[in-house]
Amino acid sequence: MMHSPTRPPADEVLDVRDLWMRYGTKDVLTGVSFTARRGEVVALLGPNGAGKTTTIEILEGFRTRSAGDVSVLGSDPATGGEAWRARIGVVLQSWRDHVRWRVRELLAYLGRFYAAYSTPDHPRPWDVDELLAVVGLTDHAHQKIKSLSGGQRRRLDVAIGIVGRPELVFLDEPTAGFDPHARREFHELIHRLADFEESTILLTTHDLAEAERVADRILVLADGMIIADGSADELARQMATPAEVHWTQGGQRHVHVATTGDATGFVRELLAGDGESVSQLQVKGATLEDTYMTLVERIESRRPIDEGDQLTRRAQEVRS
Amino acid sequence: MTEVTGTTGTAIRARQDPRAFAVRAGLVRGLIEVRQSLTNASDLTWFFFVPITFTVVLVFMRGSTVPGTDFALGAMVLPSMVGMSIAYGGLIGASSTLAVEREDGTLLRAKATPHGMLGYLVGKIVNYSLTTLFTLVILVIPAWTVRDELQVDAQSWLILAGIFVLGMIATIPMGTALGSLLTSSTQTGLLLLGSVLLIAPSGIFYPITALPTWMQWVGQAFPFYWLGLGARSALLPDAMAAVEIGGSWRTAEMVAVLGVWAIAGLVLAPVLLRRMARRESGSSVAERRDKWLTRFA
Repeated sequence: MMHSPTRPPADEVLDVRDLWMRYGTKDVLTGVSFTARRGEVVALLGPNGAGKTTTIEILEGFRTRSAGDVSVLGSDPATGGEAWRARIGVVLQSWRDHVRWRVRELLAYLGRFYAAYSTPDHPRPWDVDELLAVVGLTDHAHQKIKSLSGGQRRRLDVAIGIVGRPELVFLDEPTAGFDPHARREFHELIHRLADFEESTILLTTHDLAEAERVADRILVLADGMIIADGSADELARQMATPAEVHWTQGGQRHVHVATTGDATGFVRELLAGDGESVSQLQVKGATLEDTYMTLVERIESRRPIDEGDQLTRRAQEVRS
Repeated sequence: MTEVTGTTGTAIRARQDPRAFAVRAGLVRGLIEVRQSLTNASDLTWFFFVPITFTVVLVFMRGSTVPGTDFALGAMVLPSMVGMSIAYGGLIGASSTLAVEREDGTLLRAKATPHGMLGYLVGKIVNYSLTTLFTLVILVIPAWTVRDELQVDAQSWLILAGIFVLGMIATIPMGTALGSLLTSSTQTGLLLLGSVLLIAPSGIFYPITALPTWMQWVGQAFPFYWLGLGARSALLPDAMAAVEIGGSWRTAEMVAVLGVWAIAGLVLAPVLLRRMARRESGSSVAERRDKWLTRFA
C-alpha cells in the first residue's frame, strides 16, 4: 500500500495504515487503515468475527500485529511505555475481579498510579467523588463491588477506564446489557468526555442506533477491511441506500423505493400528477441500519464466489 | 513520561517518579487486601483451621519423644510448623491467587494501568507477608501446649524475624513464578497437592534423619525443610541440634539454600509474569469467563 509522505497533523490521535493480522494461516485483518482526531468519537461496526476486538486490542497494545503502521497518541502501541499507557483509557468488561473491594476504594487505588503523570494543564487522576457523580455511582460508593447490579458494574468499568483522565478511550461493546435509561446516560457521558475533556473515543458496538447517536464517524469493518468510513449521513449518501416513499391513494397504501437514495424527484412527479388524491405522504430516509445491511451483504455475498456485482444487484433487487 | 522540557518540566519529572507512586499504591493495595482477608469469614476460618489442626496433632503427640532422646516430639514439631507456615504463606498464597486473579481479569486491569503490575506485585508481597505473619501469631495456640519445652529468649525472636523475612523473599517471588506457569485456576490444586507431598520429606512431623537418604535429599531442595530447621534453631535447646543432619543447625547452609531460592525467584518471577501478562487481553479474559460459565453454570 502507498503511504502518504506527509506526517500526521498534531491533533491526529490514531493513525492506522495497512494493518494486517494473521492467526496461523487465517488473515483476520487484511489492510485496515483509518485515522481519528482529537475529541472525535469513532464507532467501529461490523459483523461478529470481523476483527473489531482484534483491532482494538492491537491499538491498546495488548496484541502484537502481523504487519502495518500503527500510531496511537504518536507512539507505536507495541512499544508504548508506561507514560503512554497513562494517557490511554481501556474500558474492560469486569467479571469477578476485585469483588471484595468497595467502589470508591478501587477507583481511589487505581487513580494513584496516574497522579505521577499529572501536569498543570492536564491534572490526573479524576477526582474520585466527581467521577462517581459523573457515572452515577455516588450512592454506591461504599458498596462492595460484588453487590452491584450488572448495569452499575458496567458504569464502574467505564469509571475505571477513565479515572486517569485519558486522552484516548477504548470501549469494546460498552453498553452490552444496559437498559434504555442506562444507555442514554452512557451516551451523555460519551458526549461529555468528547466535548469537555477533548478525549478521543473509539468504541465498538452492535447497536446501530447507538453508533448513529454518539459517533461523529462510523467505520464499518468487514472481511478484514474498513469498507466504509464517514458520518451516518455520508455513508447513506455514498451507498445510495434506497429511500422509501409511502402514501395513500384511492384508499390504498403505496410504497416506492427510490434506489438512488434521493426521493425528491419521485415525490415531485407524484404530486404533480393526481396530487389531490395523495394523502399520508411519508418519506423514510435510509437508516444507518439499512446502509449497514447493504454494505455487509455486499461484502459477504462477494466472499464465497467472486461474482460480486451480480450478487450485489440481486441482493438489492430482493430488498426492493 | 510525557515529553516535558524546560526547567519546570524537569523539576516535575524529578519530583514525580511514577514507580514510587506505583509502589505506594501497592502498599495501599496490600493493606486493603489484608483488611478484606481479616474481615472475611472463609479466610478467617482458614487462618484458624491450620493452627487448630496443629494443636490437635500436638495433643496426640503427647508422651512421644524425639527418637534417641527424652525430648518431647511435639516441642520439636511446633517450630517445624512455624517454618512450614512461612513457606506455605509465600509459596502457595502467591501461586494460587495469581492463577485466580489472572482468570478473573485482575491482572489485565493491572496491565492497563501505568506501572500497574509493579503496584500489583508490591500489594501481593504486603498481603502475603502480613497474612502469613497473622497465621504465625495464631500458632501461639498450639505453642501453648508445649511451652515448657521451648527455649524462648531474645535471640529466638531475632532468628524468627530473620527467617520470616528470608522465607518471604525466598518463597513469594518463586510462588509468583510458579503461579505464572499455571494456565487455569483449577491447576492450583496440583500445586497444593505437590506441596502437601513435600511435607513428608521435609522433616516437619518427624526428624529428617529418620528418613531414607534419597528423601532427605528431596527435602533439602525445598524451603519447607530449611525454614523448619531455622525455626527449630530459634526455639529449641542447642542440644537438640544433635538429631539434625550433620548434628548442627547449619545456619550458613540454610541462608545459602534460601538465598538461592530467593535469587532464582527474583530472576524468574518478572520474566514469567511478563510473559504471562503479555498474552492477557480483554478477549482472553472473556474467553475464560465463557468457558467457566459453561462449565459451572
